[in-house]
Amino acid sequence: MADKKQSKKAGSEAAEIRKPVGAVMVVGGGVGGIQASLELANMGYKVYLADSSPSVGGVMGMLDKTFPTNECSMCILSPKMVEVASNINIEVITLADVLSVEGEVGDMRVKLRIRPRYVDIGKCTGCGDCTAKCPVKIPDPYNAGLDTTRCIRVPFPQAVPGAAVIDPEVCRWLTKEKCGNCVKVCQAGAVDFDQKEREETFQVGMVIAAPGYRPFDAGRKTEYGYGVNQNVVTSLEFERILGANGPTQGHVVRPSDGEEVKKLAFVQCVGSRDTTVGNGYCSSVCCMYATKQALIAKEHLPGIEPTIFFIDMRAYGKDFEKYYTAAESRHGVRYVRGLISGIRERQRTKNLLLRYADEAGCTQEEEFDLVVLSIGLEAPCGLKEGLGLEVNEYGFAEADPFLPVLSSRPGVLVCGAAQEPRDIPDTVTQATAAAGIASQALHGARNTLLTRREHPPEKDVGGEEPRVGAIICRCGSNIGGFVDVPAVVEYAKELPGVVWAEERLYACSQDAQDWIRQVVEENGLNRLVVASCTPRTHQPLFRETLQSAGVNKYLFEMANIREHCSWVHMQEPENATRKAQYLVKMAVEKARRLEPLVEGESGVIPRGLVIGGGVAGMNAALNLAASGFQVYLVEKEDELGGLARNIHFNLKGEDVQAYVKELADRVEREELITAFTAHEIVDVGGFVGQFKTLIRDAEGRETLLEHGAVIVATGGGQYQPTEYLRGEDGRVLTQWELEKRIAEKDPALADVERVVMIQCVGSREEERPYCSKVCCTEAAKNALALKELSPRTEVFVLYRDVRTYGFREDIYREAREAGVVFSRFDDDVRPDVRDVAGTLQVRVPDANLAGEMVVLNTDLVVLSTGITANPDNAALAPMLKVPRNAEGFFLEAHMKLRPVDFATDGVFVCGLAHAPKSIEESVSQAAAAAARAESILSKDKIVTEGVVAVVDADKCSGCGICLQLCPFEAVTYDEEKKVAVVNTSLCKGCGTCTAACTAGASRLQGFRSDQIFEQIEAAASAWRE
Amino acid sequence: MAEESKKNDEEDIRILAFLCNWCSYAGADLAGVSRFQYPPNVLDVRVMCTGTISPYFVIKAFQEGMDGVLIAGCHIGDCHYLKGNYMTAKRFQVLREALKFLGLEEGRLRLEWVSAAEGEKYADVIRSFTEEVKALGPSPLRGKKAAKAEVGA
Repeated sequence: MADKKQSKKAGSEAAEIRKPVGAVMVVGGGVGGIQASLELANMGYKVYLADSSPSVGGVMGMLDKTFPTNECSMCILSPKMVEVASNINIEVITLADVLSVEGEVGDMRVKLRIRPRYVDIGKCTGCGDCTAKCPVKIPDPYNAGLDTTRCIRVPFPQAVPGAAVIDPEVCRWLTKEKCGNCVKVCQAGAVDFDQKEREETFQVGMVIAAPGYRPFDAGRKTEYGYGVNQNVVTSLEFERILGANGPTQGHVVRPSDGEEVKKLAFVQCVGSRDTTVGNGYCSSVCCMYATKQALIAKEHLPGIEPTIFFIDMRAYGKDFEKYYTAAESRHGVRYVRGLISGIRERQRTKNLLLRYADEAGCTQEEEFDLVVLSIGLEAPCGLKEGLGLEVNEYGFAEADPFLPVLSSRPGVLVCGAAQEPRDIPDTVTQATAAAGIASQALHGARNTLLTRREHPPEKDVGGEEPRVGAIICRCGSNIGGFVDVPAVVEYAKELPGVVWAEERLYACSQDAQDWIRQVVEENGLNRLVVASCTPRTHQPLFRETLQSAGVNKYLFEMANIREHCSWVHMQEPENATRKAQYLVKMAVEKARRLEPLVEGESGVIPRGLVIGGGVAGMNAALNLAASGFQVYLVEKEDELGGLARNIHFNLKGEDVQAYVKELADRVEREELITAFTAHEIVDVGGFVGQFKTLIRDAEGRETLLEHGAVIVATGGGQYQPTEYLRGEDGRVLTQWELEKRIAEKDPALADVERVVMIQCVGSREEERPYCSKVCCTEAAKNALALKELSPRTEVFVLYRDVRTYGFREDIYREAREAGVVFSRFDDDVRPDVRDVAGTLQVRVPDANLAGEMVVLNTDLVVLSTGITANPDNAALAPMLKVPRNAEGFFLEAHMKLRPVDFATDGVFVCGLAHAPKSIEESVSQAAAAAARAESILSKDKIVTEGVVAVVDADKCSGCGICLQLCPFEAVTYDEEKKVAVVNTSLCKGCGTCTAACTAGASRLQGFRSDQIFEQIEAAASAWRE
Repeated sequence: MAEESKKNDEEDIRILAFLCNWCSYAGADLAGVSRFQYPPNVLDVRVMCTGTISPYFVIKAFQEGMDGVLIAGCHIGDCHYLKGNYMTAKRFQVLREALKFLGLEEGRLRLEWVSAAEGEKYADVIRSFTEEVKALGPSPLRGKKAAKAEVGA
């Protein structure tokens, strides 16, 4: 195993004296905590996932859609939640708060206070009978209190754990010893009023804090009248209003009268960029979520007129700018620059009058039907008290300036919005990075605390006639109350192939699993059908049970007679019973044709390849090496360092050059890293676990590298301007040139009387319609540094929007306080730089002064040039079989949840190769990419799903249609046999290729055409009966 | 008795729904969890992706006497497998044309994007599709199950 190969670290004294504990406590079950937990479990660690609420899911679980793809939030989150629930190495602890953390890295003790749920999670089936009988109404927290639920309820349909919870403060039994309806009605006997609050201590090697954020309390901005004016809602409430699963089923209506909204206003920066409430920082996400909400509202109600009142539109992330411009130009979202100073409610109509200063400085008042306050993100509770972390002035966790997942306390890593307000992909990136960093400290104990499920050897059922067993579940009264279950059992018994059928009160309960195992063995069953609820949540459980009875788990089929039958035909029991019978028949007919499937295996070469030796690449390589893996680092230039060699100090004043040099030194010293400078990639072959890459040096000598994973860190470039007299006049510099002179303390700078900086040079333009993300901060940073160097120097920054997101807002404010003048110009104009008789002159219509022309004679013009994609990406992309976007940056597998993955397995991306970003973001991404690579390299073999496509070589005509269709590059063409071949290690089992195969050679295992045909025939014949 | 069953037959519209595992099947699950009621005339087949729905499946369903066929998958851009639903959208156009050759009305085949959060939309789709198919009446192919033609694979 890879771990044994690692030489240096394991030999160090600490590891020998005390072996670390191979478990991690993850605090917070939002998307960050979920991601960290899944990564860690995947890398071989036991995980405790503690959340203070009754379900994991966090805020993302409440969102309707996500920007900038408008993707359904729950659709992408809920599979991850189900994965958490079904992973035996992740123990979810709900209603838990951290009391204390003690110990050292590798050996820590976390004390939790666990509040009682009053429902036994092991017994509760989530059927909802208790909720139906509970007399106590409470505002539904999942719907942000916009509608009501009952005191006992499953928190939301997709909740994990999917068990009910009781609110002890309002429960009539717990407060007055009255009622007790839930106890009476629960057929599973799950309600347990004897549960007590308890404290428990967990021994772990590391702690990852992912507690998320606290939404700003909108009531604190009294001028907006939140809580007083009925039609003023927060953005989180509006998100629920938009939700198809929300209180209004997605109808955009007003709380006051339920009328459809016509004029909708968003007020930005509520509780952000606002020192009057103590929040000097920018919350980073509100501009984009407001844009998203406006777009979705428009989708739901085409006639709606959304207006967003903002200060600066901060569309700084990947593809954000395009999203914003499309919202404005194509979808009719109106953006008005101006902060709302007050909201008044009209008495009769409950409409709202918004007062603001327009761009000309005149006070305007406009009437709206509904106002959404874009509330900011505040620091969560418990960082300091429970976790013992140092916090900054705003209460967020203090972090390392280069790798923000490192908190002030060794052994406790922090990710997501608890460290700085950030969006989902950045949170996922950090969570993945944190998992990787934890693994570096704990890899000596990898796989030591894992539980593995052992199963008896599989019986060979190959030659046997199908012997189908059918279990019809009553699900308490959920199915049994509407469907005549005994009639379904009788019907099932008569179906061909069925040798045994019975009903069960709860087929999913623990004792039922033992019973199923027994009946499978006693009746010699070789196929199992369970007619109960949805296979999306319960198939893994039953498959597991079947496996434990020695039967291949793919010989299983479910009939969903609850969600798709009893619950949706509650008023017509006869029809429901008939439909349940038909569904069972379809399942049985398919089950008869099921065949045992084998999960594929392929070997893993435990070495990584990192392409690019800049800050991202070096960090990726060092991270992988720290987890004990050999790494090849290939850099095309003669020396390591990349673009960061042009940056001298960051906004916290840290010496970037020293950092880059230290990284390069560490790379050279690290025995596990072999660096190939002045080498280029010639060819990449193979697939996940087994890549073969050919590299070549300047003299044409070639080297073949074999490795299991690839990290693409090819970096980016700097836009080379020819505008603004650049190249013609020596007084026109770039920010990097200025920064170099500041860092070198160029004495000439002290004599400079005036400097004019121009933003968005090469960014947010037609050719490059993206924001370069770093230039605003860079300009503010250098402006401030100039002011420090010589306070007399006048600095003007000509900008379009100042995009100093997160804590970068502080430096923007400091710059203004230091006298730097920020002057805005409109999107469609550009400053004019000219040489007037030897004097450098900049002319610009100032948009904040109603377009009045400002003329500045200046000593220096400094251009904030954008970041461009590395042109080498074009040649590399087809070799790696990965896509690029229109601007030439690499395109990740999923914008939100797989920010460092490619759709092609085993290939990962980080740094500027992915999109423009800051150094600390590149470093985080590099750590995340390394962690993702580690999840492959740490395994002996890659096990693939049984549900994959296969090609029957005898039938294949070699037409190649399937090759083009496969989004995962899993199908290749065998030149010798002239047929298509599926690489099961890469196949994801979508079956798109099979549908296109005219020869019927390509088949999806478990969903073969003949199996589906049987289902269709069964449905038709059942109806004909 | 016989007449009554005939009447039932006309009322009893038969719809087969192909649902993708990640979005529309989950949407149908949510309709269930939310107790949105819809007519019981639909039986569903779960597939991993709508991209795997071969035109043969749809034609087979009509051959077997289905009065309507619904294909439901993730919204464009939301495909769990990146682009399976694009293929479906393309194939659907061809399939609609093919229906005419079978002598069937276009309205008997429907394509809908239903996300995992759109329980109500799923119920609405089933309601409106049932109405639409009901208006068209039972399929002319019903009961005529011709000599079991080879329909590929």
